Amino acid sequence: MSELTLFLIRVAFLAILWIFVLSAISVIRSDMFGARVPETARGNAPAPSGRKSNGKPRKPRRGAPTHLLVVEGENPGVRAELADAPLLIGRGSDAAIKLDDDYVSTRHARVAASGDEWFVEDLGSTNGTYVGPVRITQPTTIGIGVQVRVGKTILELRK
Amino acid sequence: MSQTGTLMGFVHRRRRGAELFLLVLALMVGIGAYAAVGLGVEGVVPADLVGYGGWLTALIVGAHVTVRLVAPYADPVLLPLVAALNGLGLAVIRRLDLTYEANGLDQHTFARQQLTWMTLGVILFVATLFLLRDHRVLQRFTYTAGLLGIVLLILPFLPVIGREINGARIWINVVGFSFQPGEVAKVLLVIAFSGYLVLHRDALALAGNRILFIDLPRGRDLGPILAMFGVSMMILVLQNDLGSSLLFFGLFLAMLYVATERPGWLVVGGLLFGAGALAAYTLVGNVQRRFDIWLHPMDYYPGTSFQPVEAMFGMGWGGLIGRGLGNGFPERVPFAYSDFILSTVGEELGLTAVMAIVLCYGLIVERALRIALISRDGFGKLMALGLGAIIALQVFVVVGGVTGLIPLTGLTTPFLSYGGSSLVANWVVIALLLRISDQARRPAPRLEPVDDSVADSESTQVVKLR
Repeated sequence: MSELTLFLIRVAFLAILWIFVLSAISVIRSDMFGARVPETARGNAPAPSGRKSNGKPRKPRRGAPTHLLVVEGENPGVRAELADAPLLIGRGSDAAIKLDDDYVSTRHARVAASGDEWFVEDLGSTNGTYVGPVRITQPTTIGIGVQVRVGKTILELRK
Repeated sequence: MSQTGTLMGFVHRRRRGAELFLLVLALMVGIGAYAAVGLGVEGVVPADLVGYGGWLTALIVGAHVTVRLVAPYADPVLLPLVAALNGLGLAVIRRLDLTYEANGLDQHTFARQQLTWMTLGVILFVATLFLLRDHRVLQRFTYTAGLLGIVLLILPFLPVIGREINGARIWINVVGFSFQPGEVAKVLLVIAFSGYLVLHRDALALAGNRILFIDLPRGRDLGPILAMFGVSMMILVLQNDLGSSLLFFGLFLAMLYVATERPGWLVVGGLLFGAGALAAYTLVGNVQRRFDIWLHPMDYYPGTSFQPVEAMFGMGWGGLIGRGLGNGFPERVPFAYSDFILSTVGEELGLTAVMAIVLCYGLIVERALRIALISRDGFGKLMALGLGAIIALQVFVVVGGVTGLIPLTGLTTPFLSYGGSSLVANWVVIALLLRISDQARRPAPRLEPVDDSVADSESTQVVKLR
């Protein structure tokens, strides 16, 4: 085996190694920026990407919910406008919907929008957040009239 | 902690095609290295290249098909990175085996044993992905995992099965197989720490008394985890296993810091580390010797510092692109196939390959942290972080030790160096990371709006998962 052949083998192997590393990096790069907006978020009107629209108050479409209302519990009738989303629900003073319910955590749950959809997300509360009868473990879509239960309180999205 | 990255305006794609493409490249790295070893050492393409390559391909394809079946949204980069490192490690160990055989040493079948362990690792990887469909199940076993981890750490002290090899009592010997239970224990302790911290992080971060500049949490919140940590540290110190105690300490600190979002923990941890290091330096002769070797390696050269100095000679001789596989003398370094495998790579493939390997580890850690960021539940976040921190710390301690950046402590280089227990445990770590990332990248399940009339507690509800 000549010296030159061995040198070429070595260089070729190092090239393969680096091609692999660089391809891995390029897959990571495309994974970071190449993800698509979900089909449902496009809807009728082409919705802007969720992140941009989160902060600004949006013009409510017809049939879209406008506020979150406490329908049952210690503080019935307390409401928060969805234009101020994301909304924090809890006993803490920084919560958008402040509840005096002993079974609610300080920072209990959060309601936020993604595209045209509204999500409720549990923030690691002690007693959990329920959508209907189901205890949620990850952000869950809610529509108008879906009952979200935190502690002894029930909240709903309303038009 | 769960504020950002949860409700992003996009879904992740599955990227299984990209994973397959990278896996093909990874196999080219592994099998190419094996062929280059044969050409460099013996001058011919190894006769068993087809069999070896076929076996490696079968393992990798098996892992890939499993991911496609049971974790379709999992991260596409982790498995190829691991496959490439494992393949390259096998080839380098094989290269050392050939020289050991030529020199008439007894032990020259490390590569074959490593391939057996890799097979076992991939089988466990597949089993983990198949059996564990939701990582949050593990949260139920918080205390069980902690107890089991500590029991595993104690096992080497037991009289019949415990073994002391090279001054560290970290081995057990069961039916002819020696095994390091500590490697499995670290995964279990990550599960225990994250399960505990995710429940108590609010209490740890908010309730407490301010002493000097630091808010110390209440004893009843910190107690259990401190006990878990203290017991494992004590065992490791008694076992004279410096590397692992460093690893556990760093892991504990990183997880506590991330869970509580309190930089004060880093200050406390830094002070504790300083005090511990000083105490170890003054009290333990072994540690003092390692410091001396680290600071003045040439003073002790043909004696106690033979291993690190030979490794430095080798890496220096290797230079930028190395001597070529089979053309160096990496066998001069004791334990070149396990702790010092990176010096073998540095000697024969040069700085270019060492940089690629360190970059691969960097990417693995980056993916783990990324998984922690996008994971929707706190337990998954902490677990991904802990598993990533293990790999990061281990690589830092080993690579730093071999290259002389920090004093030398014995730890295996994940996936690269010979060591069955470490390889098997690390394959399970990757399976757990893929399981968490599959959950994190999967689009959120959707609940249909329910009518009030049917939403009583008796009705079951269909949750769409795709």
